[in-house]
Amino acid sequence: MILLGSHRILVQGVTGRQGTFWTSEMIKYGAAVVGGVNPRKAGTSHLGLPVFASAREMTGKFDVALMFVPPLSAKTAAIDACEAGAKLVICLAEHIPTHDVMEMLAGAKANGCRIAGPNTAGLVTPGQTFAGIMPAFNSRIFKAGGIGVISRSGSLGALACLNLTRSGMGQSAFFGVGGDPMIGTTTREALEMFDRDERTSAVVICGEIGGSAEEEAAEYAQGMRKPVAAFIAGRSSPPGKKMGHAGAIVDGGRGGYASKRRALESAGVPVADLPSELPALISGAGS
Amino acid sequence: MNFEEWASKALIAERGIVVPRGRIARSPEEAKAAARGPCAVKAQVPAGRRGKAGGVKLASGPGEATEFAASMLGSEISGCKVEKVLVEERVDVARELYAAVLSDRGNRCPTVLFSPSGGIDIEEAAASDSEAMRSCQVDIRRGFGPAEAESLLEGLDLGDRKPEIAAALAALYSAYRDLDAELLEINPLAIAAGGEVVALDCKFVLDDSAAARRPELAARASREQATELEIRAAEAGLRLIELDGDVGVLANGAGLTMATMDAIAHFGGRPANFLEIGGDSYTKAEPALRIILENPGIKCLLVNFCGAFARTDVMAGGVVAAWKKLRPSIPAFFSVHGTGEEDAIELIRSELGIEPYDLMDDAVVAAVRAAEEARR
Repeated sequence: MILLGSHRILVQGVTGRQGTFWTSEMIKYGAAVVGGVNPRKAGTSHLGLPVFASAREMTGKFDVALMFVPPLSAKTAAIDACEAGAKLVICLAEHIPTHDVMEMLAGAKANGCRIAGPNTAGLVTPGQTFAGIMPAFNSRIFKAGGIGVISRSGSLGALACLNLTRSGMGQSAFFGVGGDPMIGTTTREALEMFDRDERTSAVVICGEIGGSAEEEAAEYAQGMRKPVAAFIAGRSSPPGKKMGHAGAIVDGGRGGYASKRRALESAGVPVADLPSELPALISGAGS
Repeated sequence: MNFEEWASKALIAERGIVVPRGRIARSPEEAKAAARGPCAVKAQVPAGRRGKAGGVKLASGPGEATEFAASMLGSEISGCKVEKVLVEERVDVARELYAAVLSDRGNRCPTVLFSPSGGIDIEEAAASDSEAMRSCQVDIRRGFGPAEAESLLEGLDLGDRKPEIAAALAALYSAYRDLDAELLEINPLAIAAGGEVVALDCKFVLDDSAAARRPELAARASREQATELEIRAAEAGLRLIELDGDVGVLANGAGLTMATMDAIAHFGGRPANFLEIGGDSYTKAEPALRIILENPGIKCLLVNFCGAFARTDVMAGGVVAAWKKLRPSIPAFFSVHGTGEEDAIELIRSELGIEPYDLMDDAVVAAVRAAEEARR
């Protein structure tokens, strides 16, 4: 789902240093934050928000859970949010054990909930709302418009938006899918969402080496009417090394740059050599 | 984190899977003492295809075992130095099978794999013959027990050993869960002449993200091959990968750092390193820059920030502090955007007298040119 200004957001781990900083930025931006969770501070108030012991206490009163929760507590928090009826759980933490991630994803599926991440920088709908750790409030980077942006990396996603904004092309939304190898919403699934979204007229994909997310997205892009353009990071990275993200590794010939570029280009998706080429490619794509 | 065969076998043996009796030897003398009759001498390196590289030999007794150990120890196999060998009793094999459990990134669940024909070329066999490999996607909330194993094996001709094989598969799945494994593979899983089901080899990969909650396990992993500087960076909580170029790179976030390296290569330069200070490590710009500058081959520094969570003013502060202390004689080029950018740019301007570029590409081109000039 694409985040809307009307979505009510519950922040798990709201009282921590980062939870406090980003939640107050979200409130300033106009996000509909309805409460926070911290079992040790239940009953108090923080940033003017009520603090609860668990998401379950807010069942039916929120749509999106945003997790500022350390990696080893993420599984419990995510399942709590799914069982409390969250439609979307945004999981920022990196280094969550993979077995916990699989349990989180199975729990989400059983409850009809979607997870974004782990290891995502969050979601932004410029001019309306944001949830996560993206500089939505920086008007040089984000601007309301019609381009959907999907990125495995927060920093690269911000750079792509900066380039689009600089060329006068605003964004319908930014969807951070996350840099982990196993994630709740894949690049392909995010692309399908943008394809269905009426406010989105074109899509930019910021991929990386490792895995097969870009190849799978290319399969879907083949049948799309909306123009799609991509940049894939890691062309010059050595094989066999994890490039910062757990998911960014070329392993035994799998997950390499060339295969991704070939798959996207043969699906009619132009691939930029530099992030700065994205605006020109997206205006030219599909025409 | 990869585990050597002997360490992997000890872990599955503790969890109910039969392995041959064996001992680790670090010298030919220890190998002689460990050998009792016919045995296998196996180099302990965390790499596949050991057998083809001469890392597995069958000895008739202590004499040959000593000889094989002497030739393997200290040699290099698949790029890894052999520091120990496993001396293991010989098993008379009636049939070789394959079994594995792995975290399947595409299906987002554990997957159990089984093949009635194991051996060294299993990957090729599975690719050419889809019947050669059976797989089961496991509902992690329900698990995988003997009943699920029986249905995975249904229709396969495994003689009267099917219950034992099913039990071994269920034990393997439990071990995978218990060990926070990314991969637990037995190739081959053997049916011995006497009917026993035995793991002749074993490969265990611990999920890196689980190492924090499994310190006792992580301590038994094989050391990753890394340079001295990469090890020091890791001790400082930083992920450094040394490369062979001469443009030092400091950026935040894995994606942006890779993209910065790609841009350097695009404009004809060569990056000297991958080092990112995104996420929680954005406060570590100072130690990060110190590490980058220790590379004697770098000709210039390129700093590219596009900060979200990583505040650019905090990162710029770290860069300025390290630069002023070390006073390197190389030029530096900056491109700074995102959270805190006004303060960051002002700091770089006033403290270092350097004007950051507004466009990332311009900063990259300037750095590549400076490296070229310095090489002349």
